[in-house]
Amino acid sequence: MTVQETRIVTRRLAERPDDSHTIAAALATGAYDTFRQVLATGDPAAVAEQVKLSGLRGRGGAGFPTATKWSFLPPDSFPRYLVINGDEGEPSTFKDRMLVERDPHQLVEGIAISAFAIGCNLAFVYLRGEFALGYERLMGAIADARAQGFLGANILGSGFDLDIVVHRGAGAYICGEETALIESLEGERGMPRIRPPFPAVAGLYAKPTVVNNVETISTVPHIVRMGGEEYAKLGVNRSTGTRIFSLSGHVNRPGNYEVELGITFRQLIDDLGGGVPNGRSVKFFIPGGASSQWLTGRDEHLDAPLDMDFVQQTFGVMLGSGAVMVFDETVDPVLVAWRLAKFFAHESCGKCTPCREGTGWIEKVLYRMSHGLGRPDDLDMLLDIGDNISPGLNAPFSQTTICPLGPSAVSPVVSLHNFFRDEIVARVGSSEVSA
Amino acid sequence: MTFFTDANRARAREIVASYPAAKSAILPLAHLAQDQHGWLSTDAMDEIAELVGVTPAEVQGTCSFYTMFKRRPCGRLLVSVCTNVTCLVTGGPEILEGLEARYGSDDEVTVEEVECIAACGGAPALQVNYEFHEQLDVERAVALVESYKRGERVARTVSGSTVAS
Repeated sequence: MTVQETRIVTRRLAERPDDSHTIAAALATGAYDTFRQVLATGDPAAVAEQVKLSGLRGRGGAGFPTATKWSFLPPDSFPRYLVINGDEGEPSTFKDRMLVERDPHQLVEGIAISAFAIGCNLAFVYLRGEFALGYERLMGAIADARAQGFLGANILGSGFDLDIVVHRGAGAYICGEETALIESLEGERGMPRIRPPFPAVAGLYAKPTVVNNVETISTVPHIVRMGGEEYAKLGVNRSTGTRIFSLSGHVNRPGNYEVELGITFRQLIDDLGGGVPNGRSVKFFIPGGASSQWLTGRDEHLDAPLDMDFVQQTFGVMLGSGAVMVFDETVDPVLVAWRLAKFFAHESCGKCTPCREGTGWIEKVLYRMSHGLGRPDDLDMLLDIGDNISPGLNAPFSQTTICPLGPSAVSPVVSLHNFFRDEIVARVGSSEVSA
Repeated sequence: MTFFTDANRARAREIVASYPAAKSAILPLAHLAQDQHGWLSTDAMDEIAELVGVTPAEVQGTCSFYTMFKRRPCGRLLVSVCTNVTCLVTGGPEILEGLEARYGSDDEVTVEEVECIAACGGAPALQVNYEFHEQLDVERAVALVESYKRGERVARTVSGSTVAS
C-alpha cells in the first residue's frame, strides 16, 4: 500500500492553492476559530496542557518538547517574549518558507494562541532576510488580522493584548541558533551566547523568552482544535503527529510532504517522491538537513522509520529540520562533503576557535580531495580536526564550541569515514603524494 | 544628516519605536537604507547610528556580519545563485559560471554565489532581487535575467521589500 500525505498544517494551502495566504481564504477555512474559542475559555494553562498531551516536539531541528520549553518560564517574571524562528537556512530545508508564504494566517493564529498560553503580549517573528515574498505576505496577514480584531489591545474583548513585530534577518545561517537569533534581534552580530542562563530565564532583552520554529507554532492551533490526545494518536512512539519533510535531490517529484511520523524513508522517497530518476538508485541520503550524519541506499537505512529517537539511537543520525536529500550513484560523496564544509566554514560566526579554524581546514582538505589532489592520510587528518571540534566524533553530542554549528561540520566527515572510506582510499591510496 | 529621504526617516522612526530597545532597529534600518540606495553606505550607517542612539562603529560592527548588506555599489539586478548541495548536483554551479561569464562586465547586473535559499524542491534555483526562480539551466537563467533587463519583469528594491519610498 502506498503512503499518502496526512495534511494538517498543509491543509489550507492544498485546499486553496491560489489564495491560501489571504484573509478571505483563511477565514473561509476556519482560521482564528480556535483562537476565538481559546479566548472565550480564557484559560492559558488549558492550552499548555493540550500541547503537553500532544507530545509536540520542536520542528526546527533539535526536537525538544514544546510544552517543556514553555514550562521553563519563571512563573512571575514579566514581560516575557515569544520569538518565532523563521530563519530557515539549514541546507535543503524549505518548509517554513512555504508555510510563511502560503499560510501566514495559520502562523499568526499559532502565535496568538501560544502567546496567550505563555502570557506574552509582544511576539517577534525572525524571518530570513531573503524571504521577500514571505515578508510581504506575513506583514499583510498581520495587518489583516489586526483589522479583524485578532491582534492589538483587548482582543475580542478578552482583555488580552498582543502585537507581532516581524524582524528580517540579513543572510546569516547562524541566526537560526536561538541565542544567536536573540543577539541579532537585539541589533548585534549573530553570535551564540553561553548557556546558562537559558533564554527561558534571560533571553531577549534579558527577559524570559521562548523561541519556537514556524512549523511548531503553525501546528499549535490544530493541536488545540483536535485535542492533544487526539493529535498524539498520530505518529509513532515519542515522535507524535505529522511533520513536513522537504524532499530534494535525485527524486522524480521533489517537494514538501506532510506525513505521519513513522513512515519509512523508502516510502517517502519512492511513494511520495516517485523514486530516483533515470532508473538509478540511492547511493546515499542526508536524513535531516546538512547538520545530520548520512545514511545510504542499504535496505536497513531506507526501511528505517521517520522516528526521531529510533534513527538517533540506531544510526546516530537525526531527522533534524526534516530535510531529506537524495543522491544517486553518479554523485561523488566527497564533493558533497566539500560543499557542505564550504557552507559551514562560510557560516561559522568565528566566536569559538575550534569551529572558526576547524571548519576552514575541513573545507580546504575536502576541496583537494574532491578535486583530484587528495593525499592518503587526508581522511584521518579530517577526523583529527573533527575530534577537536566534537571530541569522540559523536556529533552533535559533544562539543568544544558554544553552539552545534561546529559539530555539524563534522557530520559529513564522519559519514565519509563510515561509508566511503574504501572508495576514498582506492582513489587516493596509490597516489603517494608527499606533503 | 541627510541620507534618508523624509518619508524613509519617518518610517525609520516608526521602526525604532516598534522595539522595546532602539538598537534592535539596526537590521531593519539597514534594510531600509539599502532599499533606498541599493547598497549600504557609510553615510547611511552614520544616520542609522544617530536614529538608534549608538556609535557609527557599532552599526558597522553589526552590519558587516551579514552578507545581505552590500558594502559597495551593486547592479540594479542582484542575481543570487545557489550552489549548495541540492543545486550542486542539479546544475547550480554551471548556472553561476554561465551568468558570471555573461554579466561579468555588465554594471546593471551583479551575480553572486549564495548558500541554500530554501528552494531545493525546484533546484537549481536563484533569486533576482530576492524573487525566487526555480528549475533553471544556463539558457533559461540568461533568458530570465534578460527579461528583467528589458523591463518585462519588475525588478523590485534590492532587499525585495516593499517599504521603499
